[in-house]
This record gives sequence, structure tokens and C-alpha cells, in this order.
Amino acid sequence: MASRDDIKFLSNPKIGQKRDKYCRFKKFGIKYIDYKDSDFLLQFINEQGKLLPRRITGNSLKYQRKVATAVKRARHLAILPFVADGLK
Amino acid sequence: MRNYEVTIIVDPVLSGDEVKSTVEAYIDLIKQHDCEIVHKGEMGLRQLAYSIKKKHSGFYFCIEFRGESPALIDKMELSLKRDERILRFLTVSLDKFGVKFNEDRRNGLIGKAKRVKEEAPKEAPVAIKEVPKVVIPDLPEEILLEEE
Repeated sequence: MASRDDIKFLSNPKIGQKRDKYCRFKKFGIKYIDYKDSDFLLQFINEQGKLLPRRITGNSLKYQRKVATAVKRARHLAILPFVADGLK
Repeated sequence: MRNYEVTIIVDPVLSGDEVKSTVEAYIDLIKQHDCEIVHKGEMGLRQLAYSIKKKHSGFYFCIEFRGESPALIDKMELSLKRDERILRFLTVSLDKFGVKFNEDRRNGLIGKAKRVKEEAPKEAPVAIKEVPKVVIPDLPEEILLEEE
């Protein structure tokens, strides 16, 4: 029989752990999201150009709304695409 | 007093002077309505993310102005809409954070600081984005040919 200490390392102890999510706008004090900055907005959309949900980006609701507005404005101005394939 | 920002995409087929005069016409219109031009930004020739009016690129201009004239916005948007030289436009009213952001960026405070701060926890800092500077008078000829 394997002892308790051996069993401990049979599975990756880090698997179940969650990394703490945080709202980067709150953390770094960013108050305004520029719709002309495509590189910055790319962090909040997926490969198809869709907005990433809050549960992935960790944004607070207030700033998620602002991100959504900025992305929509950028799409209107052809800075970001409405539909894409392999954006990243 | 309200702060506004209007971003315009001008047809790339036009010559450098025509592009300039198009934008100047709108700046004059803003000035006529007792509004103060805060900044006239030129983002240069950029690739569009999707084609507009069969064009794949456009000259981006961003005019920030301050004033109290609701009639101006209506008038300006109507003439922008009727103008065939304009591919797309967007007028946005800026809140106090937006005004500060634009001011800081002009002074070079944002861009470096913001990027280093944000990218640091994730991966190696991405190279600072450089706004492509396109000098309008020398419009590349191949673009002219391509678009026609």
C-alpha cells in the first residue's frame, strides 16, 4: 500500500486551484476606455471578434459595460471587425 | 460646456489636398458655431477592418471640440451624412474622464504608463503602439490605382 505522502503527488495539486480574477480597470485606476485603441480592445474579444464574458476577463460590471460600448464604437469605425475568423 | 469628439473616415481616393480641405471645412463649421477646437488629431491612412463603400482603407481624423451648441451636432452630422467624401463618422460626447484621457495622451502620459502597467501581470510588455504617421501630401500611388 502506498502511504499518504505518495498519493498526495499522484495528481497535480494545482489543478483545482483558481487564479484570482480582478478588474484591471479598478486595480489600475483606468477611468476611460478609448474606442480608437484597437490593440487594447483586442484583449476583450475572442478570435471571432465577439466580446468576452465578464467571468473570463474579470471586469467589474461598470467597466464591462464601458468595454462593450468601446468595442461597439470601434466596430462602427472599422477599427475592429464585426465578424472575423482567427483574429488573434 | 460640453466636450465632443468626432472621428471621421475620409475617402482614400482623394488627393492629399482634397482630404485636408474636407476636414478643414468641418473645422470651420465647428468654429462658426462658437465652439472651441481642443485638438485636431490625425490618425493617418489606416486599413479598415471591413470594406466600406468598396474601399479597404481610409484617412482617420479625430477632432475634439468644446462648446454649447446642440444645433451644431445636428447640422454637422447631416452634412457628414450627405458628404460623399466621408466613408464613416462617429460623434461622441466625452465625460470628464475622456477629456482627461485625451489630454494626458497628448502630453504623452498615457500610452507608455498604461501599457506597462496592464501588460506586466500577463506577459512580457508588448511594444508600445505607434500611431502610423502618414504624410498626406505624398499619397502612395498604388493606393489610388487600386481603389479606382
